[in-house]
Amino acid sequence: MNMPAIKTEPATAIVAPKTPAASAPVATPVVTMTPKRPPRAEKYSKMAKDAAVRVVPPLIVIALLMLFWELVCQRAGSTLPPPSRVFKDTKELIFDPFFDRGGIDKGLFWHLSASLQRVALGYSIAAIVGVALGTLVGQSVWAMRGLDPLFQVLRTIPPLAWLPLSLAAFRDGQPSAIFVIFITSVWPIIINTAVGIRNIPQDYRNVAAVVQLNPLEFFGKIMIPAAAPYIFTGLRIGIGLSWLAIVAAEMLIGGVGIGFFIWDAWNSSHISEIILALFYVGIIGFVLDRLIAGLGKIVTRGTSAG
Amino acid sequence: MQAYLKLDHIDKTFTRGNATTEVLKEINLTIDKGEYVSIIGHSGCGKSTLLNIVAGLTDCTNGCVLLENREVNSPGPDRAVVFQNHSLLPWLTVYENVRLGVDKVFASSKTRSERDAWVMHNLNLVQMAHAKDKRPSEISGGMKQRVGIARALAMEPKVLLLDEPFGALDALTRAHLQDSVMALHQKLGNTILMITHDVDEAVLLSDRIVMMTNGPSARIGEVLEVPLARPRKRLELATNPGYLKCRQRVLEFLYERHRFVEAA
Repeated sequence: MNMPAIKTEPATAIVAPKTPAASAPVATPVVTMTPKRPPRAEKYSKMAKDAAVRVVPPLIVIALLMLFWELVCQRAGSTLPPPSRVFKDTKELIFDPFFDRGGIDKGLFWHLSASLQRVALGYSIAAIVGVALGTLVGQSVWAMRGLDPLFQVLRTIPPLAWLPLSLAAFRDGQPSAIFVIFITSVWPIIINTAVGIRNIPQDYRNVAAVVQLNPLEFFGKIMIPAAAPYIFTGLRIGIGLSWLAIVAAEMLIGGVGIGFFIWDAWNSSHISEIILALFYVGIIGFVLDRLIAGLGKIVTRGTSAG
Repeated sequence: MQAYLKLDHIDKTFTRGNATTEVLKEINLTIDKGEYVSIIGHSGCGKSTLLNIVAGLTDCTNGCVLLENREVNSPGPDRAVVFQNHSLLPWLTVYENVRLGVDKVFASSKTRSERDAWVMHNLNLVQMAHAKDKRPSEISGGMKQRVGIARALAMEPKVLLLDEPFGALDALTRAHLQDSVMALHQKLGNTILMITHDVDEAVLLSDRIVMMTNGPSARIGEVLEVPLARPRKRLELATNPGYLKCRQRVLEFLYERHRFVEAA
């Protein structure tokens, strides 16, 4: 019986504050207040220290690399601009990302947001289709036998190889780019979801059987939460791949977008602009990855703890 | 009076490729309402398979399981199982784990607030109401098993199936939980079928002990009535001659006549 165990917990909790109160009843408020203050100050200084430990080393490395780059590219006849030139050339782009002079002569914000919109659309479709197909393949032996070999072959096709075909099918750049994003990011989502579904412990299936969940409830209440860690691994790989694919695809389809911005800068020999764009592409790719990882952490809080 | 739960000529054969293994042979057993029956045997003798057959999680090759004279061959809440490794869903809280079954079983017969009260009532029965918002990873093994019992009880099963429910617990926790289960059985009068490999546990808890021979082709070797009055007290029984005699009988069966032969 658990009764004694329950009783002891509050008992010890009561005893602990009582003993100092009984020995020095007047001093209790002082005694309880004083220990609280130093920890707070300590906590802030500890937080600052933790932050410094994380931020300072990469900052030093970046500064050293910049210095090295500056020294190497400063010489006359160097093919790439040093960081100081990059900053001078792209000042306008950095400080005014929102200008819009019509056509493709827009600020970087518009290029990036156009690319992000394509990724958002293509990736969302991939996530829905990927989880659905992955569930089917993970759940049904026959679906796996039929579809898995197909997936294994199709997923090795490089993203850009799909572009001409999709251009032929859609006859327009925009849906083609979205299709390329979709087809690039869907495979890891399918494969990881299928593995996750296949790995659902028999225990959970037994519980569902005893409780008599219908297939829809089983999908929502058992499958998705149980496979969530795997699904999010797939989603995270997927978002990385789709960001890789969009830059390449946009170079070919033209219009507004960060990929085309880079291509256009190359054609007009604005090397500094290319460097700035690469910087933005890297940062956004990093943020997207963190975003999905963070979302996964929140959603799978319970599951991974086992 | 008709038997409440009846296992009628159950055989179970596993086939893998062209190799067939007969696990259970000619299992006949009747259990009355409110009775506490334990099945004991060496590991690998097919007792878990037998429980899964009663639960409907495994099909039997021949024979059938009758509950109130109706054949049952698929899993359902009328034969709720307490699994050996608790099998709580880790992404749900203690409350939600119990609620999952309650919501299905009483979907039409209880209102939302009645179901809530029913979940809490069952958590109170196993003294776990204080941890209702905790996740399974945050509570101890014994507590998890309590929640598992609450989940099964909350479905108001006709037969409660316990699959080595205390096997994974340390000795002290196990004793606590055995007392809890005994108290619950006393209070609610459930019909219980329990798998165990612990002789003391079987004698302490059951009205009848079903002893199984070693597999393959395990069968019921002997059924022992435990004529001890309830409520039973662990400490008093330790010197009770009736208790010791029953214990002796089971030990003799397991270790003399049907000694466990290690498979090479």
